[in-house]
Amino acid sequence: MKRYVLKRLLWTIPILFGVTLLSFAMIRLAGSDAVLQHADSTGVLLTPELIASERARLGLDQPFFVQYFRWLKGFLSGDFGNSFVSGKPVLDAFWEKLPATLLLTGSATVLTVLISVPLGVLSAVRQDRFSDYLIRFCSFIGNSLPNFFVALILVYLLAICFPVFPVISKAVDLKNAVLPTLTLTIAMSAKYLRQVRAAMLEELHKPYVSGARARGVPFRKILWNSAFRSCLVTLMTLLALSIGSLLGGTAIIEPIFMWDGVGKMAVDAIEMRDLPVIQAYVVWMAVIYVLINLLTDISYRFLDPRIRMEGES
Amino acid sequence: MNAYSKSPTLLQDNISLRPQHCKQDHTKARLLFFLTLALLLVLTAVFAEQLCPYDPNRQDLSAALKAPSLTHLFGTDRHGRDMFSRVISGASASVGATLALVAIISVCGSLIGIICAKTGGLFDVIVMRLSDICLAFPGLVFALALAAVLQGGLENAVLALALINWPKFARLARSQTLSLLRAPYMDAARLAGCRSFQLILRHIIPNIAGPLLVTATLDIGTMMMEIAALSYLGLGAQPPTAEWGSMMSNGRSLLQTYPWVVLSPGLAIFCFVAVFNLLGDALRDAIDPHSVSEHSTQKHQTTRRLS
Repeated sequence: MKRYVLKRLLWTIPILFGVTLLSFAMIRLAGSDAVLQHADSTGVLLTPELIASERARLGLDQPFFVQYFRWLKGFLSGDFGNSFVSGKPVLDAFWEKLPATLLLTGSATVLTVLISVPLGVLSAVRQDRFSDYLIRFCSFIGNSLPNFFVALILVYLLAICFPVFPVISKAVDLKNAVLPTLTLTIAMSAKYLRQVRAAMLEELHKPYVSGARARGVPFRKILWNSAFRSCLVTLMTLLALSIGSLLGGTAIIEPIFMWDGVGKMAVDAIEMRDLPVIQAYVVWMAVIYVLINLLTDISYRFLDPRIRMEGES
Repeated sequence: MNAYSKSPTLLQDNISLRPQHCKQDHTKARLLFFLTLALLLVLTAVFAEQLCPYDPNRQDLSAALKAPSLTHLFGTDRHGRDMFSRVISGASASVGATLALVAIISVCGSLIGIICAKTGGLFDVIVMRLSDICLAFPGLVFALALAAVLQGGLENAVLALALINWPKFARLARSQTLSLLRAPYMDAARLAGCRSFQLILRHIIPNIAGPLLVTATLDIGTMMMEIAALSYLGLGAQPPTAEWGSMMSNGRSLLQTYPWVVLSPGLAIFCFVAVFNLLGDALRDAIDPHSVSEHSTQKHQTTRRLS
């Protein structure tokens, strides 16, 4: 087990190397750079000399690999460099944004599980009854709505018609998190409901369920102790995927609600070609990717004893 | 209704069965119905210009921000442009881009997957690791970065999304091909002198086309939403082209006072996505009747038992 975890963690190194180089190259190919973009957005006319000196200050005049290795050297000593736009250390800005994204990830995930697990199971148990049709209908609607449209509808209903919640978040707290959380939850629950229902149905149609019922085991017990437990692997796979992408910040929901999280930071940085910030974001994503995948694989081991890790007998 | 319910006496005479309540299998009818609806939507997109009651780009400031009425079914936007015409003409941009995107990723992705499965080795490992990375990153942030690098425009949005979304098809095609390659008839075909190219074209593709087609159809809705999302962020269609996502983004500030400017393109996206999702479900049920995922297992069991 220890060796397995260590081996998986070591995989981080080539992944980090690959993705940072890739994102560096991508921004390089973009044609415009931070200096031009900054001049563009402020509307200041820059003389060629000024542009050149500004580039020299940021190190953008160096050859590609020199730039990359300079960044790599800083990264290895724990220094992510300073943002091209604000001039502040990237790491500080990143730690500042992280709590907002963590809060949103946590609240959306918890709410999604709370909604989709009971309803999904109910829908499977009461298959082809009214409640099943109703739940499936709702999940279908949720699946067919783009999330920015859901966000706008929620804003219209809950912030304009009945002004209960603030539209634009001024602080990172639960009250401000309600609308973005609801938006994310609607899209995620719609997806989860279908999967939970399908997994439960498959499980409930297996012969051991009939066997247990014939022996007089209470249905409730079969449902939760046997059938639902086998569905946990499916649920875990889904959760891993969505937690991973939520931790990366949501490129659309965060800007709509002015939620000051990692996703918004990344979108802004991409727009301004703020290379150090983009690199920090990419590193963060790669770390999440490796950790979440590892944790999921380990959790499979506990949820389903039939699954063995690589190297285990 | 079916033959049993028409002549219950006949049934009872031959076999001593009590008249059974037999559910009919509507899969084919469902498939046809949604196929027609989807075709109608695509035709609307193709003949958008002829269908618009007004010129979608003609501005008439005296008629700006009118509520929906008989003359302007969906109202007008802040430049006095007819929303109904704009939604229809937006269909050609949105639907065209979506179908092109799905066609690109399903064909290229599947071919890559098949080649991976067929050749194996280092190429396979590299491509699969690449697809791992693509699947792991939050797609939209990545697409956003790509679209920003490629500088806006609907074509570039499609290109960016294609670069992110091919792995889904590559993985599916790869796993399907791998399981096919073990089948005895593959060896038979190879022994009969089939070359790799023929093998792929004649034996592999027809056999894995079903699941790929279902995935592609179900993907149309998702892709439409992603294109709309990029446009919403200003990285897709550029003004004055009518496109549903960018129309919603332009009307965002009017949500409070003139909600129809945002609602009508939103509903258009919803209808389109809904129809293609339903079509995908129907297609899956028609191609693979054993799948229990969406429709009742009991239905299939009864029909199978009786027929």
